[in-house]
Amino acid sequence: MASTITLSVTRWRPDRSMPPGPQEYEVPLRKEWTVLDGLNHIKNEIDQTLAFRWSCRMGICGSCGMNVNGEPRLTCGAFLSDYAPGPIRVEPLANFPIARDLIVDMSDFMEKLPRVKPWVIRDDDVTEIDGEYLQTPEELDAYKQFSMCINCMLCYAACPVYGLDPDFVGPAAIALAERYDLDSRDHGARERLDVLIEHEGVWGCTFVGECTRVCPKHVDPAGAIQRYKLKAAQQTVKAFLLPRAMR
Amino acid sequence: MSGNLTLRQPMSTWWWLRKRTYFVFVMRELSSLFVAWYVLFLLLLVRAVDRGDAAYADFLDWAGSPVIVAINVVAFAFIVLHTVTWFSLTPQAMDLRVGGRPVPGWQIIAGQYAGLALVSGFVWWLVTR
Amino acid sequence: MTRRRIEPLVWLTFSGGGVTAAMFLPVLAFLFALAFPLGLITPPSRAHLFDILHNPLTFLVLLGMFTVMLVHAAHRFRYTLYDGLQLKWTWQIAVICYGGALFGAASAFVILGGVF
Repeated sequence: MASTITLSVTRWRPDRSMPPGPQEYEVPLRKEWTVLDGLNHIKNEIDQTLAFRWSCRMGICGSCGMNVNGEPRLTCGAFLSDYAPGPIRVEPLANFPIARDLIVDMSDFMEKLPRVKPWVIRDDDVTEIDGEYLQTPEELDAYKQFSMCINCMLCYAACPVYGLDPDFVGPAAIALAERYDLDSRDHGARERLDVLIEHEGVWGCTFVGECTRVCPKHVDPAGAIQRYKLKAAQQTVKAFLLPRAMR
Repeated sequence: MSGNLTLRQPMSTWWWLRKRTYFVFVMRELSSLFVAWYVLFLLLLVRAVDRGDAAYADFLDWAGSPVIVAINVVAFAFIVLHTVTWFSLTPQAMDLRVGGRPVPGWQIIAGQYAGLALVSGFVWWLVTR
Repeated sequence: MTRRRIEPLVWLTFSGGGVTAAMFLPVLAFLFALAFPLGLITPPSRAHLFDILHNPLTFLVLLGMFTVMLVHAAHRFRYTLYDGLQLKWTWQIAVICYGGALFGAASAFVILGGVF
């Protein structure tokens, strides 16, 4: 195994003095190092001006998402040895505006997430309960997969629909809406449907399926979206056939 | 963080050539054109059958001409792509449970191919008997 | 109450058309576009096909099948134009695609009905 590997890292400053472009760095090729370790090595030893986000370095916080060789990855889970002999292209997460170097502007997602009301909505007026809401293991299983989302936004980077039309609500937001719709404690399905039945809600999705392929937590947002479409269609048919029942 | 302080990089028109899965996706979507082609083709057949023996024979001759055969070979490939991708995506799109337990994806796919065999057998028999 | 929307119903029809195309087109295409014109299998007589088409049940089934398959194709192609070619004339594309499907369905009605 060679002793070093080249990282070709996108650099850009908001003063726009230059377009975004790669800068090459040699980092040690250690067996247990990830791309994130490589970036930290660059910042600590070579070029302290390099800007990037990271936190837990173990695949649970969702901060370190970037495009590695064109593929949205959590850099803390992308091992340098898997890309040897390199060079490895490290670019900011696709489909988001670049703020600086490898840091992207996430405000679009932060605006979309509360729109789908990702919290338990009750239709009773109870504000305090005695004890907890009870839930069987089967009821937990119904939504557990979709609760695994860490908001890393790799799915948005993979989704060509979002890349072409930033109005699209997007995979993670819809998967999280489904997570609450399927939660036995929740009564908010109608409110979320009102948001997602819009054109830029679920209907923008053409089931490319790339979001599911890149998701590091196996949430399967594509599946969530298709199931949501079916649910919305069933609701619409019921509304046509039994208008009184929907009031 | 907004406006002048960030840089949006537009998506290339060739985005779908960059990754194999994107390419297969676009091919799958283009199969819709060939579905429409076959509806047209079958309607032309129906019209020929309606018009009489000569028209029907002419239709078969036209359908056997090199250009039409070439189109239909390509179209057939796209139709097969549609069927294969449609069947493989169905399990992901539905949450099928029997007696509270989820039905494994392979069973849903196998069920569809069984349906395909039944339908194909029936149509074949109906047309060639 | 949720406002009534047409998009979910179009999507349902698109799905129905997709299933129909996936199940019926392989055998229909193989027989009528490849096997019979190329003589791989002896084509059925015109009289036999006429008998099948003359059945009112065949008319209803085929009309239904052709209609949903055309809607399927129109819906999918409309989104292909949006995403693939990034064309932004949204409502014009929708009119052309679904209008085309409607025209095709009307033609199917006329042609299938002509057998009677």
